[in-house]
Amino acid sequence: MKNQIRIGCGAGFSGDRLEPAMILAERGNLDYLVLECLAERTIALAQKRKLADPTKGYDPLLERRIEGLLPILVKNNVRLITNMGAANPMEGAKKIVEIANKQRIPVKVAAVIGDELSDKLKEMSDDIFKFNNENFAVELIKKHLSPSAHLSPLISANAYMGVEAILEALQSDANIIITGRVADPSLFLAPMIHEFGWATDNYNLLGQGTVVGHLLECAGQITGGYFADPITKPVADMDTLGHPFADVFADGSAIISKVEGTGGVVNLATVKEQLLYEVVNPFAYLTPDVSANFTTVKLEEIAENQVKVWGGTGQEKPPTLKVSVGYQAGFLGEGEISYAGHCALARAILAGETLEKRLKADFPDLRTDYVGVSAIHRTDFEHQIEPYEVRLRLAANADTAQKAALIGEEVEALYTNGPAGGGGARKYVTELVGIVSVLVDRKKVIPEVIIF
Amino acid sequence: MKLYHIAHSRAGDKGNISTLSLIPYDAKDYELLCQKVTAARVKEHLKEIVFGEILRYEMPNISSLLFVCQDALLTGVTTSLSIDTHGKALSYALLEMEIES
Repeated sequence: MKNQIRIGCGAGFSGDRLEPAMILAERGNLDYLVLECLAERTIALAQKRKLADPTKGYDPLLERRIEGLLPILVKNNVRLITNMGAANPMEGAKKIVEIANKQRIPVKVAAVIGDELSDKLKEMSDDIFKFNNENFAVELIKKHLSPSAHLSPLISANAYMGVEAILEALQSDANIIITGRVADPSLFLAPMIHEFGWATDNYNLLGQGTVVGHLLECAGQITGGYFADPITKPVADMDTLGHPFADVFADGSAIISKVEGTGGVVNLATVKEQLLYEVVNPFAYLTPDVSANFTTVKLEEIAENQVKVWGGTGQEKPPTLKVSVGYQAGFLGEGEISYAGHCALARAILAGETLEKRLKADFPDLRTDYVGVSAIHRTDFEHQIEPYEVRLRLAANADTAQKAALIGEEVEALYTNGPAGGGGARKYVTELVGIVSVLVDRKKVIPEVIIF
Repeated sequence: MKLYHIAHSRAGDKGNISTLSLIPYDAKDYELLCQKVTAARVKEHLKEIVFGEILRYEMPNISSLLFVCQDALLTGVTTSLSIDTHGKALSYALLEMEIES
């Protein structure tokens, strides 16, 4: 058993920058590199790609990330754990092997599957429960299982799996472990359990390990990304922002840091912001592995860009797993146009009110935003500053793309049918994939590891 | 005094919930924040943004507050009609709040 490991996080979402992971792998002296690339909706979008082409459905950046990283990972003996498998870990694993063969690098890849439930919903229908008392997701599943299933808007149903499946893969000699839907902190907790021999019912250790995973999982968000403010929170060298790593010790304590020479900062302020990020109950941060308690966590800045984290605790894991259900949610229609100079806001408001009259009957939920004034906070908190320029934006949902397009068409028509000086009209139609959640009995979700 | 003079914040999203942390630059101001920035006052300040309940968690271990705001994202990231579907910018809405110093 080791008494210390170093885990880096080189991606915090599917579209994250590629370079910081390369720097971590090359110069981070890592034992493990984690790439977290799967937001709630990402997997439903991946499922749609898989339906169109059964050899696709893994992360669209997988090829680019692996082509660059593979030689470095193998040279430096760093194991990669990633959820880039998205809706299709098997095909993702095959693609990695194909890239390795092309680069003449011998690798072993473990695909972790079992999270996808769409085909199993029928047999588990008695074990599906409401999440946060929301009924909509359960109704979606019922419709999917009814005789009118061909009308079902359900696209995907994926359970958040915990460390179990990754642990099995870690016991093999796979260099790369690629998963579908796994809870983000579990990607980090699994190597800790594997290396330190923690018992999977030692909930205090799992709670502290989950804290470390939670801190790392958004990559640049703990090194100055989503943090920097040139006036109140200045961060040096944002252009070369480094991604984080943690030195984790066998007692679960850890030191969060980043590669020497990279931009950004790790300090108490960045760590506190990330610790509380997306937390709805700090006494019970639920994952498939543990109910982690963040209110016992201690932090100390022990050196420049080094924050020590310890004291996280935990209680028994929940008996259910959360399942993300993706469904077709219709189409979003948007249109934008700008006004500038004298009376810009007044002309934008005239344009907005004119379009509300033209569209409201067909789009009762029509949204009108004045960008530069009150679009983002939905109020200006009584600042009442006369802006020099304003961008009007209209948005509405519709059942069809054709109907959604009407929003942009009406905005564009303001050129000749609206107030003076309207310029830069743009129109967009976006297909919407909605995500809702249910809970399932965890015994019904069986992870499986396949080695390539 | 506006909150941004003494504290920073990060917004997170879970479904239709917005989570807003409030972290004093100087840990000595934590008590002041506990006293002045109650859930009820935040609810009043964010009345045009948050339509549901606001729950405040006190975290003396890291000298920080956490506000969990229900019904705050116009249905949530995947179907919201707002530009900022995640509510990423809402941290700065909280920091606009005025307190007596």
